Order: sequence, then structure tokens, then C-alpha cells
Amino acid sequence: MSEQLIIQLIVSGLGMGFIFALIAIGLTLIYGVMNVVNFAHGEFLMLGMYASYLAFATWGADPLVTLPFVVAAMFGFGLLVYYLLIRQVLGGSMQAQIFATFGLMVFLQAAAQFVMGADYFAVRDSWLSGVVTVGGVVLPVPQLAAVAGASLATAALYLLVFRTAVGRQLRAAAQDAQAASTLGINPSAMYALAWGIGSACVGVAASLLSNFYYVFPRVGAIFVLLAYVAVALGGFGSIHGALVAGLLIGLLQVLTGFFVSSELKFVPVYMLYLAVVLLRPRGLFGRS
Amino acid sequence: MAAMPARPSVSSAVALLVLAAAALALPLAIGERPFELRMATLILLFAVMGQGWNVLGGFAGQVSIGHGLYFGLGAYTTVLLALRLDVDPWLGLVAGALVPALCAVLVGIPCFRLRGHYFVIATLVVAESVFQIFTVWEWVGSAVGLELPVKPEGLANFQFHRDKTPYYYIALAMLVVVTGALWWLRRSPLGFVLRAIRDDEDAVRGLGFSPQAYKSIAMAISGAILGVAGVFHAQYVLFVDPFSVLGLHISVLVALFAIMGGVGTLAGPILGAAVLVPLSEYARIHFSGSGRNVDLLIYGFLIMVIAVYRPDGLMGLWQRARVAAIRLTSGRKGSDHAPDVHLPARRRVARHDPRPSA
Repeated sequence: MSEQLIIQLIVSGLGMGFIFALIAIGLTLIYGVMNVVNFAHGEFLMLGMYASYLAFATWGADPLVTLPFVVAAMFGFGLLVYYLLIRQVLGGSMQAQIFATFGLMVFLQAAAQFVMGADYFAVRDSWLSGVVTVGGVVLPVPQLAAVAGASLATAALYLLVFRTAVGRQLRAAAQDAQAASTLGINPSAMYALAWGIGSACVGVAASLLSNFYYVFPRVGAIFVLLAYVAVALGGFGSIHGALVAGLLIGLLQVLTGFFVSSELKFVPVYMLYLAVVLLRPRGLFGRS
Repeated sequence: MAAMPARPSVSSAVALLVLAAAALALPLAIGERPFELRMATLILLFAVMGQGWNVLGGFAGQVSIGHGLYFGLGAYTTVLLALRLDVDPWLGLVAGALVPALCAVLVGIPCFRLRGHYFVIATLVVAESVFQIFTVWEWVGSAVGLELPVKPEGLANFQFHRDKTPYYYIALAMLVVVTGALWWLRRSPLGFVLRAIRDDEDAVRGLGFSPQAYKSIAMAISGAILGVAGVFHAQYVLFVDPFSVLGLHISVLVALFAIMGGVGTLAGPILGAAVLVPLSEYARIHFSGSGRNVDLLIYGFLIMVIAVYRPDGLMGLWQRARVAAIRLTSGRKGSDHAPDVHLPARRRVARHDPRPSA
């Protein structure tokens, strides 16, 4: 087993891991602020990927160029979903909230298939394609870009949430909406912001992912399943947890896919989840 | 007031009799139309599965999105027994209930230590792992699946080839038996403990009951019912493969039908299946010639509408209608009678409002 191969696997595992982490951070942020699990989160990813692909196919705009626009559009889409749908069920039972985002998932998936058909589309020969050779190790550029782009985005998110006034308000609303509102923070605005930021994270993931993954109506389901596991593994509501668990899952599934079997590549991830929550029932970083 | 039945059980009994007669006569009305017969059978099958899910998810409040696992295990058990050991299908039915029940208890041992979303994800993770293992495991047919050996038709062989009506009646019998058993279960001490666990697990533990043990019992019953449904499915289509019996969509649909019908109620899963199966089947044939999934488009939209306007599910809608009817028949002095009618879900909605009172 050559060192070169190991490095390649790690890079590609980290590439996937950062994608999972970005999706999971968006999910956990929304959950942390308002205790709602967004079942349509994978479909947000799918929409972002279609946006990226369509811009490329129509205008030849590279996914890297359209990334800021996709992110902005997804931010707006998150706000839209919050105001049109989520706000209506905020006062409702947990069931109602599950229905709302689950219905949205089914609807968006079907809508994508209605408009685009069930075909697989791929962005071919974008700027971020091919390989680079670093010290004799051949590395795929799209995965390297995913690592770089996603770690930048995660860093930016950390700064926003943990170092700015808005982030402080967001965390205050997450801790205790009632108390936050007595301090002049509008919880509804914070909820909306969480949906916006959560969707924007997915927008970054979608743009980066479109460089090396096909887009089709059910693409979100594949990624979001592991993102849910990442959220739970890290601890619901914990941003650190989502990041660490996302990376761990990315690495683990790539390594198993290579060394064991590509059909079974998610099984060790699932077993890891079970093992962790048996020792720590609230995940790696969960608060009790 | 006189026009109104004093006890709802009388009207319920009449309604049940009418429903039973209608269910028995349905194949006569359907006649020789295979599409409608298949749909009616599917409704019954999904209603049975929903009832099974409800024992754990509704009564005991432990929401699982991995229940396709027990459906699949039931189907695989009977097919494997028939293929490898030439076991009688009715013995296969017994085994197809026992094996999933046992597996459910085993799954429960680690999973029941978890609460809320952590439990939900754990059920999903276990079911998906088994699904992936079955797709590569040669002995169980891997991704290709296994065919059940075709035998002469008849009740003894649990196979009917030309006329599929017997399947309908078997499914109906299953639904009646399961629903009856659960009706009894809900009133039994076990049923009360399960509902107490749903409402406050720590209080139940404080009273000296072991929530883990009771949840395991609920899980075993739930798994057995799903397993029986799986056996029926295998005998009905004479084939199993991982995707059609272990796929995630089975787990999701079962939970969805039970929840949309009305969580924790006996009529909920039946109502959910009776409304949602035809909705998806008709939408599929009317709109989906193009393969563009208009059925799911409508489906998703309806789920969102229900979430916003009727979060307590179809049962809530039914109860609303009953309140309205009672008010009408009692001369519009409705407010005096309103407390007679249970609207539990509504009250729960009011209590869980996370919004600040602004």
C-alpha cells in the first residue's frame, strides 16, 4: 500500500467530509436555534446543484464564478421557506413541523423531476477539474477545491456565529428565545436568519460538489442521510460536533469504500454512530 | 340532545358494522379490475403496517423510521424457509412474525437508551445497515433478490395466480385481527404503561416500571406485525429483493401513513392508508405517463397543507367534522357539548407553543 494512495484517499475523504460537514452545520444551526429538523435539507442541496449546473450549461459560467450567486440565492430561498412555510407551523406540534419539512422534501424532489426529468447531469471540464501533482502525489482538483472552499466557508461561519453581534443574538435566541426577546432580540428574525445561513451553507456545498458529482432529483437524499447522522453523531445543535462528525464520516466512508467494499461503505459510519451514542447518548459534543 | 347518541360507542359500533360489510363486499363491486383490487389490497396491507408502527410510535411514543427492516425480515424469512427448507408458507408466516420480533427486541436493547432524535436516527441507521448488507449477501440473493417457488394455487400454499381476490380477504382478515388485538392492548395495563412512557418516561421509571422492558415488548409486537405484513407481501408478489422490502421508502411511508392518519389512534393508520394509497396510485396512473412524478408533487403539496392547517392528521379532520355534526344536530348550542368530544391533539398544540407570547 503506497503512501501516495493513502494521501489520495484522505484528500478525497476530506473533500466529501467537508461537504457533509457544511450540510450538517446548516441542519444543526436550524435545529439549534429552533428545534426543527429540516427534512428538506438535502433537496436544498439538490436545488443548489441544479442552479450551478444550469448556469454552466446555459451561459458557460463556471461553478466557481456562480458560487456567490448560488449562495445568495440559497440564502434567499431559506428565508422564503421560513416565511412561507415554517412560520406557519412554528406554534404547532412537532408532528406539524415534521410534516411541513417532509412535505417540502417530497415536493421539491418531485418538482425537480417534473422540470428537469430523471436524467443525470454533470458539469464537465470546469476550471476545477483534472488533477495536480504535488511531490509525486496525484490529487484530484475538485476535491482539493472542496476542502479549501468548504474550510473557508466554515471559518467564515464560525466568525459570524461566534465573533459578531448578530451571531451572539443568534446564539442567545437559540439558548432561550423568551429571554432573548426581553433583551430586544426579535426571535423570528433570528429564526429566519438561521434558515438563511443554513441554506447558504448548503449553497456552498452544492457549488463545490457540482464540480465532481452528478446532479439528479434524488441526489440530496444520498448526502443528507449522512448529514443527519453527522448532526446526531456530533450532537444535535452543536456546530463543532457537525464539523468534526462530517469530516470523520467523509474519511470513514471513503476508506471503507476502498478497502472493504463500495456497497458497504456506509455501514461502518452507521456502526460508528451507534457506538458513539451508546457511550455518549447526546453525541460527541451534545449538551444535556 | 335526544337526537344525539348518548354514548359514542353505539354509533361507533354501527359505523364499524357498515365498514365491515363494505370491506367484505368490495371485491364484488370491483369485479374483474386488477388495478382496483391491487389498490384495495395495498390499502389493507399498509393499514396493517401502520397499525404495527403505531404500537411503538403512537402508543409508546418512540418514533422509528427504520420499520421497513421488520417488514423486510418477515418477507425474507418466509421466502428463505420456503426456498432452502421447503417449509410450509403458514409455518413461514409464524416464523416471519417471530424472527422480526426477536430482531426488534435485539435492536431495541441499544436503541432504547437513546431519546428523541437520537433514537430516530439510530432506527434509521440500523435499518439502512441491514439493507446494505442484504444487497451484497449472496445467500439471501444479494441485490438481485429471490423468487418464491411457484406452487399450485390455494389457501394451503398461500398462493393465488389467476384470481387475486383471496389475497384481499387474507389482508382484510389480518387487518381485523391486528386492529382487534390492538384495541384490546390499548385498554390493557400494558397499553396504559406504554402511553405513560410516551407522556413521561421518567415518571414511569419513578413508579417502579422498567421503561426499557415495556418498550421492548412494544417493539416486539410492532416488529411481529410488520413481519406478518412482510410475509403477506412476499406471498403476494412471489419475490423479495432488498430495495422493494427493505428500502428506506418503506420505513418512511409506514411512519407517514400512521402519522398522517393520526398518531396513537386505532383508526388513524387505516384512514391514512385509505386516503393516501389511492391518492398516490391514481395520481400515478393519471399523470405519470411521462415519468415526471406528478403524484409526488401533489403528495408533497398536500402534506404541507395538512401540516399548516390540520397538524393532528386526518383523524383530527374527522373529529372536527364530528364536532360540527354534533353541534348541528343539537340545535347549534354547540359550546355546551364541545367538552364531550375529545380533541387531544389540539390541546397538545397549545401547550407546545415555543413562540414567545408577543
